[in-house]
Amino acid sequence: MNRIAGRWWPAALLPRPDGRQFSLFFVIAVLSFLACLAAIGALAAGRAADGWRQQLVGSATVVVRAQGLESPDAAAARAAETLAGIKGVVEARALEKSEADGLIARFLGPGPIPADLPTPRLVAVDLAAARPATTADLSRALAADGLDATVEDHSLWTAEIMRTGALARYVAFGLLALIVVATGAAVAFATRQGLAARRDLVEVLHLAGATDGFIARLFQARFARMAALAGSAGGAAAALAGAGLHQFGQGQTLAAILPITWTDLAAALPCPFVAALTAAVTAGMTARATLDRTP
Amino acid sequence: MSRKRDTELAEAEGPEASQAAPIVRFEAVSMAYGAEPDILRDVSFDLAPGSFHFLTGPSGAGKTSLLKLIYLADRATGGRIELFGRDVSTLKRSEMPRLRRRIGVVFQEFRLLAHLSAFDNTALAPRIAGRRPASYRDDVAELLTWVGLAKRMAAMPDALSGGEKQRLAIARAVVNRPDILIADEPTGNVDPATGARILRLFEELNKVGATVFIASHDEDLVARSGKPSFHLHAGVLTRYASEPRGAVQ
Repeated sequence: MNRIAGRWWPAALLPRPDGRQFSLFFVIAVLSFLACLAAIGALAAGRAADGWRQQLVGSATVVVRAQGLESPDAAAARAAETLAGIKGVVEARALEKSEADGLIARFLGPGPIPADLPTPRLVAVDLAAARPATTADLSRALAADGLDATVEDHSLWTAEIMRTGALARYVAFGLLALIVVATGAAVAFATRQGLAARRDLVEVLHLAGATDGFIARLFQARFARMAALAGSAGGAAAALAGAGLHQFGQGQTLAAILPITWTDLAAALPCPFVAALTAAVTAGMTARATLDRTP
Repeated sequence: MSRKRDTELAEAEGPEASQAAPIVRFEAVSMAYGAEPDILRDVSFDLAPGSFHFLTGPSGAGKTSLLKLIYLADRATGGRIELFGRDVSTLKRSEMPRLRRRIGVVFQEFRLLAHLSAFDNTALAPRIAGRRPASYRDDVAELLTWVGLAKRMAAMPDALSGGEKQRLAIARAVVNRPDILIADEPTGNVDPATGARILRLFEELNKVGATVFIASHDEDLVARSGKPSFHLHAGVLTRYASEPRGAVQ
């Protein structure tokens, strides 16, 4: 008999949860953990893809080959000057021979690069963020100045990265949808079991004038409360795991692929509400459908 | 039971009862579970508002099945049942709770909710009806005092004696002031003194207007009460005995 401020207050109509419901709590907590990790991962992967795309879109590389008596350094300097004058280019800088050699050194193996090896000179171009010059603009200007040069087209890589980023997001959303469905299925199963186990209670409530909706709401509230708690536990665990990756994964390859930030961890915040909503909707629908089949 | 006998019964209950529309009307009702033989066959009778009747018969005669038809726990397989003027065969599922709230049931095996205190068990019906706790708290306490459980309000059903459980079941059945109170062997699990006390509770409820219908195999108890009774044997209403005119309100 509950007493609040000395007055009687109604006790819960459903008996206390038993071991079976603890199992469901554990399942929902694990599913919530996975869902939050997927959400955090999707945010981080999206940011990584966006960062890579920004880098590629914001720059271009021009390979310059010297012609006639012009030295490679002079050709590169002339190309940089030409490119710097194009609208949509912020800066064009001819790389020193040592920098160009550094880029190809890994392909030539250990040891110094022979001085007479005709290594091409490179010009690094920073493009304007708002209206960047296109590959065609750069090629046209170089050709007009009589330079033998190739502008590397980054758009191929950009599209690839965009596709990969989008794929990562779709996979994450797919995982989230699967997890929501799995949570719903687990709650539906538990609701049917709960109704079967409490058949006597359900019959007494019916005979005392309870509607199917009244009884369904009892189970709905029970499972929604439990899912909210399980969602909180799973979400908190995922946030802790994300924080661990953020804190201890710096400088690792994982940090480059999944650059998790503190704000990404906020993806775990809606977890208890989503879990509770999923459980409430599923338990309510299942209970009503099951009760409707009883005499 | 014939319509002529119904009329005789109504006349025995006095002019008020004979004029009022019956709360319960059975017309040639039969009932069977699946492919089993009929448990009830061609059962016809009326219960007038404010009447008090017993339903007697040996174990297995079909008393509980008949009561279940009245409190809408089962459906008849033949005939027609009217409850508060409504043909129950045409009732939608959504309409049943409203009718059930007008019926108080005392089950043979009590069917108290083991995880709820005596107070919470009694408060079940008003709670289901959507009333606020403040509106029925005092009524429940008063009712439990009336059935002699004033000091057992916080007790759980498992801690109550058979007689206390029975009185608690009665309190739970009448807390919403039902139009009809149905009891299945309410004295079957208690000693004679407690049985007599429980019967007095039913008589008091009847005096304040409730229609009472009690199934019992205890013919002596029925005879001592002086109330009219139906006798059921092998699913057929075989005998009707009325009390002196005017004894039933």
